[in-house]
Amino acid sequence: MPESPTPIKRRNQLVDRNIRDTVGQSSVPNPRMRCKNVSVYYNFGEKKAINNISLDIGQNEVIAMIGPSGCGKSTFIRCLNRMNDTIDGCRVEGQILLDETDIYDKKIDVVPLRAQVGMVFQKPNPFPKSIYDNIAYGPKIHGLVQNRQETDEVVEKSLKRAGLWNEVKDRLNQPGTGLSGGQQQRLCIARTIAVNPEVILMDEPCSALDPIATSIIEELIDELKQEYSIAIVTHSMQQASRVSQRTAYFHMGDLIEIGPTEQIFLNPLHELTNDYITGRFG
Amino acid sequence: MSIHLQREIEKIKKEILCLGAMVEDRFQQAIYAFKTGDQVLAQKIMDTDFEIDLREVEVEEECLKILALHQPVATDLRFLIAVIKINNDLERIADYACNIAKRFIISSHDAILFKYDYAPMANQAGKMLRKSLDALVRMDVEMAYDVRDMDAVVNAMRNEAYEIMKKDIQRQPEKVAEIINMYLISRHLERIGDHTKNIAEEVICLIEGEIVRHR
Repeated sequence: MPESPTPIKRRNQLVDRNIRDTVGQSSVPNPRMRCKNVSVYYNFGEKKAINNISLDIGQNEVIAMIGPSGCGKSTFIRCLNRMNDTIDGCRVEGQILLDETDIYDKKIDVVPLRAQVGMVFQKPNPFPKSIYDNIAYGPKIHGLVQNRQETDEVVEKSLKRAGLWNEVKDRLNQPGTGLSGGQQQRLCIARTIAVNPEVILMDEPCSALDPIATSIIEELIDELKQEYSIAIVTHSMQQASRVSQRTAYFHMGDLIEIGPTEQIFLNPLHELTNDYITGRFG
Repeated sequence: MSIHLQREIEKIKKEILCLGAMVEDRFQQAIYAFKTGDQVLAQKIMDTDFEIDLREVEVEEECLKILALHQPVATDLRFLIAVIKINNDLERIADYACNIAKRFIISSHDAILFKYDYAPMANQAGKMLRKSLDALVRMDVEMAYDVRDMDAVVNAMRNEAYEIMKKDIQRQPEKVAEIINMYLISRHLERIGDHTKNIAEEVICLIEGEIVRHR
């Protein structure tokens, strides 16, 4: 008797490029941050930069945001600690919850919020102060340390976590701006984690760094996810694929696809994601 | 970078199709030599197998180069992985074509040799090979599924040949070597069928993104 092959469940074709609804599972169980129907307008409502995005940031995960320039990924990440508040004419709609608290609630003070949801920028931006003071400043103003000894401990712990301690422990009083680019970026990460954040936002943290400094930061990101949730915006798809567990693809203000990183890079479901990551579209 | 990558991918596509055409040609020649008793052609198939081997190595090197230099993802990555595997399947099919030629040459010219009619089986394996390559050229997933389904027929034919030749051996035990040799041809054809099925399954994986082997 001929052997009959088992019928196979056939997968649908790629989702058409004209369909802009999010493909993939945007929510996760027990998220650290939950974004519901977030839209962002610039120029007093003239320009819609982000269109109705819902996305969760899970606990202890690295989520990468990728997409062409102007797709809204940086705008989105900046909503997560209200950095867009500083932009005149910018309006955020929808709801963003951090541990079930609406961060856009009128009662929320943005200063502690930005400690809870810290941010690391593209260009390392240490304060024009000593390495020690760069780290100590945050814990002091947030009242996390009471005396010199506690401050010393926080500085050492933060620099150790950021993998910078051994390189700077003998020159803590020297200016932070005197460090190399990669060291400055790690100093900024140390400064962020010194105030006990829950979430760390990183907006292209390695784009100004060489491959060695980049790989050190990437290793650090991997370690930091044990304690924090990390959302990273990157133009390097290889970086997204190396460091993240989930990847979100943005396109012209829409969240097109979200899914496990290995699925996005091996077997994306949306035509636009496939075109972007294979370089067929810029 | 992406235009470079697309150019390289187009090049590799041509190379694998060219190898496919060469292998199909070898297969048809082996069947023809067997059918007509053309010993010269059979010898030629064996003598020129190195050409396929060289091509196989070239295609693999080309794929490795693209992987290293462009680090492709998604469809491009799946395509290159599929090519690496199909490349290997094609080389094996050419080896089986050689083996068929070899069985034919080393057999004695006893009348028993041509007792079993391999034409239907060769025809079926040939169809599978052509169709699997067509599925690759046209990126036609339905065609690939057809090839997958066709494999059962070749397997059944091999089983039938086995039963017949088992009886032949019982009847003429002194001819056991020749009959086994003859049976091995059905085994080669069946293995060719398996490799075309592999090619078809690679095409399915390439298009649908899901591994369908062993299901």
